[in-house]
Amino acid sequence: MVPTSYYLILSAVLFGLGVVAFVFKRNVITIFMSIELMLNAVNLAFVAFSQARHQSDGQVFVLFVIVVAAAEAAVGLGIIILTARNRQSLNVERVDLLKL
Amino acid sequence: MPILDHLWIIPLLPLLGSAVNGLLGGKWPNNIVNSVALGSTGLSFAFALEAVREFLALTPDKLPFPPQHYFDWIDAGNFRAGFDLQIDQLTVVMLMVVTGVGFLIHIYSTGYMAHEGGYYRFFSYLNLFMFFMLILVMAANYALLFVGWEGVGLCSYLLIGFFFLKKSAADAGKKAFIVNRIGDFGFMLGMMLLFRTFGTLDFTTVFAKAAPMQADALGQFGTLTVACLLLFMGATGKSAQLPLYVWLPDAMEGPTPVSALIHAATMVTAGVYVVARSYVLFTHAPTAMLVVAVVGCATAIFAATIGLVQTDIKKVLAYSTVSQLGYMFLACGVGAFSAGIFHLMTHAFFKALLFLAAGSVIHAMGGEQDMRHMGGLSKKIKWTYVTMLTATLAITGAPLFAGFFSKDAILLASFQSENGGAGTGRTLYAVGLFAALLTSFYMFRLIFLTFFGKPRYDEHHVHVHESPWSMLGPLVILALLSIFGGWFALPSFWGGPDYFSNFLAPVFSGGESAATEAAAHALELPLAGVAVLTALIGFSIAFWLYISRPGKAEALAKSMSGAYNTLLNKYYVDELYAAVVVNPLMWVSTNVLWKFVDVAGIDGTVNGIASSATSLGDTVRHTQSGNTRSYAVWVVIGALVVIAVIFFWPAAAPVSGMVR
Repeated sequence: MVPTSYYLILSAVLFGLGVVAFVFKRNVITIFMSIELMLNAVNLAFVAFSQARHQSDGQVFVLFVIVVAAAEAAVGLGIIILTARNRQSLNVERVDLLKL
Repeated sequence: MPILDHLWIIPLLPLLGSAVNGLLGGKWPNNIVNSVALGSTGLSFAFALEAVREFLALTPDKLPFPPQHYFDWIDAGNFRAGFDLQIDQLTVVMLMVVTGVGFLIHIYSTGYMAHEGGYYRFFSYLNLFMFFMLILVMAANYALLFVGWEGVGLCSYLLIGFFFLKKSAADAGKKAFIVNRIGDFGFMLGMMLLFRTFGTLDFTTVFAKAAPMQADALGQFGTLTVACLLLFMGATGKSAQLPLYVWLPDAMEGPTPVSALIHAATMVTAGVYVVARSYVLFTHAPTAMLVVAVVGCATAIFAATIGLVQTDIKKVLAYSTVSQLGYMFLACGVGAFSAGIFHLMTHAFFKALLFLAAGSVIHAMGGEQDMRHMGGLSKKIKWTYVTMLTATLAITGAPLFAGFFSKDAILLASFQSENGGAGTGRTLYAVGLFAALLTSFYMFRLIFLTFFGKPRYDEHHVHVHESPWSMLGPLVILALLSIFGGWFALPSFWGGPDYFSNFLAPVFSGGESAATEAAAHALELPLAGVAVLTALIGFSIAFWLYISRPGKAEALAKSMSGAYNTLLNKYYVDELYAAVVVNPLMWVSTNVLWKFVDVAGIDGTVNGIASSATSLGDTVRHTQSGNTRSYAVWVVIGALVVIAVIFFWPAAAPVSGMVR
C-alpha cells in the first residue's frame, strides 16, 4: 500500500506548481488552469487523508470543491470571454482599469 | 374678581401686546398696532390702579400682603425659585411710575414715531420692556427680579439699537449691553452669596433671617457687606453710576421716547429700587452704605460737570439723569430710603417730561439736536416751552415744584448722616449742594440756548412747527405731575405731614433713624433756604452768560480751554476705558484667542487630521497597482503568512500536532 505521505508530497508539488504558474504566467487562461490545478491538489490531499483516517469527511469535501470549482469555472470563463472580446488580448497585464 | 389674587395679569398684558404686535404687526397699519400697544399698556395701568386701590383698602390685619405664588420656576436640589409676585408700599410706588409714565410715553410715541420705519417693532419692544420692568418691580425673590433685570437690559439694547443701520446706534446698543454685563456679574455673585448664606432668595425669608443678625462694623467686610457691595455693583451698571455710567450718554442714540421711558424714568432706577428693596441688608452693612453714598455723590457731581458744556440737547439730559441717579443713591447711602424712592418718583415725572419735551423740540426742528443751532423757539412752540420750563423748575428745585421736596429731603438726610463720622455727612451735603448749583446752571443754559435769544438756524429751511396733541397731551399731564407730584411729601415746616415717607414706613421700618427727627424738623427750613439760594445762583450765572452777555460764554470757554476741553471730552473716560480695557482685550482676542488658539490650535488640529489622512492615503494607494498578478502575489504572501502563523505561533502548537 502506498504511504499517505506520497500522496501528500504529490499534492504539495502540484499545489506549488499551481502557485508558481498563478503568479508568473501572463495568459489569463493559464492562470485559470493553475487555479484548477491548486484546487485539485487540495482534493488529492483530502482523499488521501480520508483514506488514511478511514473517514468519509474528506470525500464529502472533495465533492463540494468539485461543485464550487465547476461554478467558478463557468463564471470565470464568462468573464474571460468578455475581457478577451473587449481588449482583443488575453494578457492580464493589460487589464488594469483599477489603476489610478 | 379681586386683582390682588391675580397680580400676574398686570405684567402679562404688555407681554401679550408685545407678542401680538411682534408676530403679526408687520403687515398692519399703524392704527391697529397703536390700539394693541396702547390697549395692553392702558389695561395694565388700569389693573395696576385697581390693584393699588384694593391694596390700600386692605385692613391692617391683612398686612403685609403675602407674596402670591403662581408656579415653581426652578426646583433643583435645595434651590427653589418660584414665579412669585408681591405688592407692598414700595411696589405700589414703582408700579404707578412704571405703568403710568409708561402709558403716557406710549401715547407720546404714537405721535413721535408715526413716520419711522419698523413702527410695529418699536411698540413690540416697548411693550416687552413694560413686561420685564413690571416683573422686576413685582418679583418676590431675587431670582425673578433678576429675570426682569436682564429682560429690561435686553429691551434697552434692542431699543438703543433701534436704528440699527446707523453704526453709532448699533455700537451704543452693544456698549450698553456689555457694560451692564459687568454689573450683572456682580449682581449674580451677590445672589449666590445670599443663597449660600440664607438658603433661599425669597425677599421675606432673606430679610427675616438678616434682620436679627449682628450688623457689620464700619470697615468690616462680613458676608452682608460683601453681598451688599456685589448687589450695588449690579446697581452701578444698571443705574449708570461711576464707574459704569459710560453707556447711558451713548444710549441717547435710541429714539427719544425710549430715552424718556427706559433711560430716564424707569429702567435706570432699577438699581435704586434694588438697594431700597434690600434695605435690611444694607442697614446691616455700614461700609456698603458709605460706599453707596460716596459713589452716588461722586457721580452726581461728576456727571453734572460734564453736563455743563454738552451741546447736544439729549446729551445734557443724559448727564443730568446720571447726576440725579447719583442723588438717589446718595439718599439710600445715608439711610434715607424713602427720600431716595421719592426722588426716583419725582425724577421719573420731570425727567420723562424733559426728554419728551426735548423730543418735541427735535421734532419741531426736523431732527436737529444741537442746541447751538436752535434759539428763540419759545414763541413758536409755546406748549413745549411751557412744559419744559416746568420740568426745569422741578429739577432745579424751585419751591413748590416736585424736585424741591425730594432734593431737599436727600440733602437734609445727607447733612445729618453720621455714618463714617459727622464730617462725612457734611462733605456729602456740600458736594450734593454744589451739584445742585451745577444742575440749575446747565438746565437753564439748556432753556436759554433752546428757547431764548435769536434763532441760529436757517429759517428758510427749517419750518418750526408745534407737535401733534398725541405728543403734547402726555407733556401736559407730566407737567402737572412735576408740580403736584412733590406734594405727597410736604416737609413739616410746610405744615403738611410727610405722606410719602409715612406711606413707605411699613417697608422701611427700622431702616431709617427716628432719633434725629426733631433735629431734622429744625433744620428743614434753613437747609431748604440754602438749596433755593444755590439754585438761584446757578440760574443767575446761566442768565448772565447766555442772556445778558451773549458771547460771554464762548470767551469764557476760550480763556479756560483746558478745563473746557476736558469737560467737553467727558474727562476722557471713554478714551481711558478704551486704552485700559477695550484695546488690551481686543489685542488678546486678535492675537492670542483668534490667531493662536483658534486658527493655529483648533483649526490647525482639525485641518492637520484631515491632511494627514490625505497624505497617508496618498502613500497607501500605490499598493493598489491595478495589476492582477501583483494582487496574486499578495494573496500568496498572505496565505504563507497565515500558514506560518498556524504552524509556528506558540499557542497554535496543537494544530501542527494534528498533522501526522
